[in-house]
This record gives sequence, C-alpha cells and structure tokens, in this order.
Amino acid sequence: MTAASPAPVLEVSGLTRAFGGLVAVNAIDLAVQTGQIVGLLGPNGSGKTTALNLMSGVLRPDSGSIRFAGQAIEGLPAHRIARLGLARTFQLVRVLNGMSCAENVKAGLAFHRPPLSRGEIDESVDRLLRRVGLANRGGLPASGLTYIDCKRLELARALALKPRLLLLDEWLAGLNPSELLIGIELIRSLKDEGLSILLVEHVMDAIRSLCDRCVVMNSGRRIAEGRPDEVLADPAVIEAYLGVSTDA
Amino acid sequence: MSPTQIAALAAGGAGLVVLALLPFYIDAYYLSLSISLLQFTVLATAWGLFSGPTRYVSLATTAFFGVGAYTVAVLGELLAWPLVLLIATAIGALMALIVGISTLRLSGLHFVIFTFGLAELVRQLVIWYEVNKTRVLGRYVFVDITQSDIYWQLLALAVAVFVIGWLIARSRLGFALRIIGEDETVAKHCGINVTLAKVTLFTISAVFITLVGAIMAPRWTYIEPSIAFNPTISFQVVIMALLGGAHRLWGPAVGSIPLTLLFEFLSTRFPATSTLIIGIVFLLIVYALPSGVVGLWERVSRRKPEPPVAPQVQA
Repeated sequence: MTAASPAPVLEVSGLTRAFGGLVAVNAIDLAVQTGQIVGLLGPNGSGKTTALNLMSGVLRPDSGSIRFAGQAIEGLPAHRIARLGLARTFQLVRVLNGMSCAENVKAGLAFHRPPLSRGEIDESVDRLLRRVGLANRGGLPASGLTYIDCKRLELARALALKPRLLLLDEWLAGLNPSELLIGIELIRSLKDEGLSILLVEHVMDAIRSLCDRCVVMNSGRRIAEGRPDEVLADPAVIEAYLGVSTDA
Repeated sequence: MSPTQIAALAAGGAGLVVLALLPFYIDAYYLSLSISLLQFTVLATAWGLFSGPTRYVSLATTAFFGVGAYTVAVLGELLAWPLVLLIATAIGALMALIVGISTLRLSGLHFVIFTFGLAELVRQLVIWYEVNKTRVLGRYVFVDITQSDIYWQLLALAVAVFVIGWLIARSRLGFALRIIGEDETVAKHCGINVTLAKVTLFTISAVFITLVGAIMAPRWTYIEPSIAFNPTISFQVVIMALLGGAHRLWGPAVGSIPLTLLFEFLSTRFPATSTLIIGIVFLLIVYALPSGVVGLWERVSRRKPEPPVAPQVQA
C-alpha cells in the first residue's frame, strides 16, 4: 500500500478462535482500506465464515483484536457492531419469510441510532429496493421470491444499515451465469459509491474482476495475501485448493 | 381517522358499555361464567403478547398467576386494595425480569421446560415457607371485594391488555419482536438488542398475568399452593392462544371464549375425564389448525379477492 492510502476501515490482527481442539481461525491478520473490495478466499472448511462471524459479533474471539472505524469491536454483541455500521449477508441466505419485501428492508432501517423518522424509513425502503433491482416488489411476501431475489433482498437489508463496511458471505454462490453478471455489476456499483466490502467468495471470475486485494486462508491460517492475480498464482494457494502435484 | 375506524371505535365503546352493565342484569352463575371468560381472555392475550411474536412457548403462566394470588392472600387484609395490586405488579415484574434475564438466552424446548419447572419451583418454595415458617398450608382471603368488583376489574384489565398490545404492535419494540420471531440472528444484525426486547415484553406480559391472579384471589376465599399454582392453567392458556392464533393480538381471545365454555362444560359433565379430553383437544388444534382460527380465516379471506380478477383474465 502506498503512503497516500486512507486509514483502514477494518483492521484485524492475530484473530484466533478455537472450537475444542480445532483452531478454526488461527492468528489471522487482515485489513480493508476505505473504498476497497477485499476477497477472503480459501477451500471449504478453512475458517472464512468463522472469521466473518467473529467480525460481526456472532462469535467471540479467543484472542486477537478487531478495529472497525478506529474502534475496538472484538467481543462486542452483534447488535452493537451492526449499529456502528458493519453489515453482512449470510452464506445460507436469510430473509424474513413471514414478512413482505418492504418489511425485510425496514428491519435494517428501524433500529438506527438516532432513529430515522417514519418518512425517512418509507423513502429509504423504496430507494433500497430499487437499488438492488426489486422496484415495486415491496408489497410482495418475501417467501415468494426466487433465489437471486432473496439474495437481493438480503443485500438491501444489509445496505439499510447505512454500513461503512459490508461483509458478503458467498453472496454470488448459486447464481446462474447471467445472474452472476448482474450480481458482479451490483457489487461493483456499491464500491463506486464508496462502500468498503469484504467478500468471501469461490467464484473466480468475480474475485478477479472485483477484488483490489485478497487474503487466502487454509486450515484457519493465512497462507497468502496480495493482488488477486498474484495470490491465485501462488503455489501455496494452488496447493491448498488442488493438493500437491505428484508428477512434478 | 377514517369512517371505518370511527365506526369500529364506536362499536367497541358501545360493546364495552354493555359488558360493563352486565353484572346488573345476570344471575350469580352467569356472572361467575363471565368472570372465567374474562380471566382466560386476559391470560391468553397477555400470553400471546410475548409468545405470539417471539414463538417462545411459556408454561410459566401459573407461576405469575399464583404469585399474584398469594400477594393478595398475604397482604389483602393489611393494605388498601390499590396498593395490594401495585405491590403484586412490582413483584410480578421483578420476578419476570430475573427469569427473563436468566432464561431468554435459552431457545425453543429448553425454555418451555424451564418455564414449566419455574412454576413448580415457586409452588414448592411457597409450600416450604408456609410449612416451616408460618406453619399453615392455606390462607383465607378476607377482603371486601364482590364478584361484580372482580368482573369490573378484569374488564378494565382486558381493555388495558388490548390497548397496550395494540400500541406495542405499532411500536419499534413490536417490530423488533416479529423479526426476532422470524430469525434471531438477523435481528441481532439489524442492530436489535434481542435480550432487552425479549425481557421487556416478557415482563409486560407477566405483569398482566400476575394482576389476573391478584384480582381473582378474593373469588376463592381460601387458597393454598395447589389452587394458586395449578399447572393446568398454564396449559389451558397455551391451548386457547393456539386455537385462536397467537400471531395476532385478538387471536388468543378468539380461542379463549369457546374453550372456557368447553372446559366449563367438561368439568361439570365429565369431571373424571376432562383432563383427557382437554389433551385430545390440544392435539387436534395443533395438528388441524397450526396457525389458529385467525390464521385459517386470513387464508380463506385472502383467497376470496381472486374471483373478481379471473373473469378479467378470460375476457
């Protein structure tokens, strides 16, 4: 990073969490600069989602520090972290099925500190639904949405928190090729608006075209860090994904 | 306000006046039946305030009800009646706060079992105290309260529970609880202090239940732990709320009226087997009407508006 780069919005150092004897996240260092998209990569079970859960407050770290917008947030309850402006989506998409689309977005708007007025909330619901491509769908029950629309709705709810940092946990997974292009454009447009994003992703096209930098995890440890083309060519990363070549 | 709202308000007001005048026109049996109806309407609605949106099934109804009744049994002769009710409110609220803070992190089945155990725990504590300290197992409730007074107090409490329930449903707290009921993890990530929201509503609900117990105590003239902490009440309240539909404010009331009448009929006609029949009713409701009468009605009425659309499509 050059000296001119702005202060990181998220700075994780030495983050560690064990479940019994399994160290799921082991001394991870990671930083997201303001306005950047950082990819968190790694094979299945390498600890990416656990790392996100530690950052968003679902789990408490055993040790290590997490600084978000200049404030230490490790060990804070999830609702406090959310109010500070750290929003996320979930690997298994979570929409509130018993509610309408508008109410799903409203869930992200109704608990701001200080609270928004009723008019601001209604106006923001419409704007956010339009933003993710669900214009005029506010009155529909969320249970009737297709898979990609559920993902859009979940993103709208996360954006409703007015986040400074967005954590996307495999938000692009399970989309078909044309939906994938739409999804990538949507994430890029969020970056263009100045939002900082940390994304866990397996879709390589998305990683190459979106990420400014990548951190690769394997078995809880950080094994590589750098520009996407660099880390994806790194022998340690290839070995983590594909195993050791035997005919070399 | 729209004309329909004014009409509904006027109808509600007129209905309330009729209900308030009822004790002057009915005999002792029907007054007693009306008291039972109001008692269970308030209990089931108060239960639904918390358990409806959060989907936490509480079997602690009788714990709070009994604490209310015992507050009156102990203090009824010593203090003015409003003060007794105020103290019952405070004790119920304090107990709900302690129980809420210590248990609402539990989920699903653990919470159900804990609340059931709580009622038994409180009952055993009262028995222990009475046997070892006061050396009496049973108390007389001598207060200057008539059956009509009980009826009017319950009616006022019913109005209060509906007004407060309506206000909560329109508030941020009510919205927060609906989100918690849908998905607690999402609720936390929307910035909702989940524990605070749950404990607040649990306490409001418990205060109403405690007050019903306090108001009902003079009806018995003699109470002992097995009467005040009768676990059947907890189950009856759950059945009523589920029959009506706990996801709407007025759902539990829809269930409490027919089931109070049914339980009344069963306990006089088949006193030996009434518990068995209540159990069968419970099973039937859970299997046949998972979202209650209100849920069924909403499904049917949602289907209705479609026919007018169909001819347009054909044309």
